[in-house]
Amino acid sequence: MDSLLQAALNGLVAGTILALPAIGFTAMFAVLRYPNFAVAAYATLGAYGGWMANAWLGWPAFVSLLGAFALAGVVGTAAERVVLEPLRPAGALTAAIAAIALNVILENVLRFCFGNDLLGYDLPLARDIRFAGLRIAPQQIENLTLALAVMGALFAFLAFTRVGKAMRATADNPDLARLKGIEPRRVELLAVFVGAGLCGVGGMLLGLDTSIDPLTGFRVVLSVFAAAVVGGLGSIPGAVAGALLIGLAEEFATLAIAPTYKSAVGFLAILLVLTLRPRGLLGERAY
Amino acid sequence: MSGWANYIVFMVATGGFYALLALSLNLIWGGAGMVNLGLAGFFALGAYASALLTVKLGAPILAGLAGALLVGAVGGYVVTMSTTRLRGDYLAIVTLGFAETIRLIANNEIWLTRGSDGVSGIPGPLKAELGSWFNAVYAAGMIGIVALVWFGLRRLDQSPYGRALRAVREDQQVAQVAGKRILRFKVEAFAISAAVAGLAGALYGHFNSYVAPDIFQPLITVYIFLAVAAGGVGRVSGAVLGAYLVVFFLESTRFAAAAIPGLSPVQHAAIREMLVGLALILVLRVRPQGILPERIPPAPRPASVT
Repeated sequence: MDSLLQAALNGLVAGTILALPAIGFTAMFAVLRYPNFAVAAYATLGAYGGWMANAWLGWPAFVSLLGAFALAGVVGTAAERVVLEPLRPAGALTAAIAAIALNVILENVLRFCFGNDLLGYDLPLARDIRFAGLRIAPQQIENLTLALAVMGALFAFLAFTRVGKAMRATADNPDLARLKGIEPRRVELLAVFVGAGLCGVGGMLLGLDTSIDPLTGFRVVLSVFAAAVVGGLGSIPGAVAGALLIGLAEEFATLAIAPTYKSAVGFLAILLVLTLRPRGLLGERAY
Repeated sequence: MSGWANYIVFMVATGGFYALLALSLNLIWGGAGMVNLGLAGFFALGAYASALLTVKLGAPILAGLAGALLVGAVGGYVVTMSTTRLRGDYLAIVTLGFAETIRLIANNEIWLTRGSDGVSGIPGPLKAELGSWFNAVYAAGMIGIVALVWFGLRRLDQSPYGRALRAVREDQQVAQVAGKRILRFKVEAFAISAAVAGLAGALYGHFNSYVAPDIFQPLITVYIFLAVAAGGVGRVSGAVLGAYLVVFFLESTRFAAAAIPGLSPVQHAAIREMLVGLALILVLRVRPQGILPERIPPAPRPASVT
């Protein structure tokens, strides 16, 4: 019983953090209409951006998140403008293939600069908190709070600001949005900035309680895709729901199978959802 | 044989494995407009299928190759079944996940695959009889097999079946209106393509007598996309040409990166991988039709317009 509750707790924490890159991936898809497979590199970039702010500049973890967001967002936007945008007229799949090539390049730029060694954040050590037979690390609570705060800010941005509304309008119906005087290209670049930035924040939060290396983002990317597909590709609330479900499923699965198979859970979830309900929990049509 | 001769033989064989993978990708990407981002997974699947059949069960090598073809086709069928009705992006995501899952299984099912140690002692055909000539004869054999598959896929490409596939690529609805069963075409094409990738893996294993999960890096998929894009998407000869160009390119970057002084081996490797990614993006951007562009025969004129 306790192990079930513990798994549920871990799953919710993991799912909340997973939600950030999943939102980033799905938001970029909603506006740009191609799957940006470079999200793995964007998450890793964020992890290194936050690490540089934390270890070199001595910023505390929650301020370093700004570094993570900024580095991933700026690189993501530049890559979209220079590399991916010119290829989009050739079709969504061409852009997706180029995004994979981009992912290889970015990952290796990091490898060139920082090597393959594991890097750890400079954090105060703290004892696990226990209550009602459950165990949680203070770092987990901090990560959870930070992830929720970032998500809250994002939803406020989309719901209340002019630019946020313009983004939703473009995702919903680009032609209608253009009629209303919304400049689609600016919205696209903004969506990439926010989306890649969120991936970066997610990457840093993933690395905070362990360590980071050039493959940090790649290791979770399958779970990110699974969260986005389960929630419905292109739906932001869907990505949150999908991420929580995937986080829980992965933790519960570790009770029954070897923990190394965690990311296979995401693959099975993708196959299952695409077979039974391709549009996912909250998405639109998928064909 | 001397070091250089051995090196060239090895490159010819490697080019052969890549050529089979490129032919496999060209069939679905060029033919039906589908992508397989998990090519490395199917390569691994075939390699392990044949290695395990011959090492664990003592089956003859031909049976191993047949097993690899079959397992590859079944894998391709499973992966496409859930996504053929959907947009191409979904197939891309599923194939990516498939390759990762195969790597997980190869790494963790130690009773079957020996995990990261890999399977060694995979038999090679006539290895004892050929002795030190084994590599050279095998490489020559690879050229023969590539030629055979090339010929077969070219026939398929020019047959009514190939035309129907292209119709599916250009416009599914039009193909459907013309009475083509597009779902069946897509699943079949993908299964054939996955079988060819599996065959490439099996042949790789029998050549090197060793397979391990680390050999089947996702980067191989990027190499093959580079090969097909550079050679010319939709052109069967382009795929083979592209594969050998990629081997040449990879080897040149090895020497070029090593010539830069003052870098660590990790940095050399990073530069090479960056160049691969850059090359793929540049090809897609500057010459998307590749070196040998696809030839589209003009539609026949109506017999009589009088």
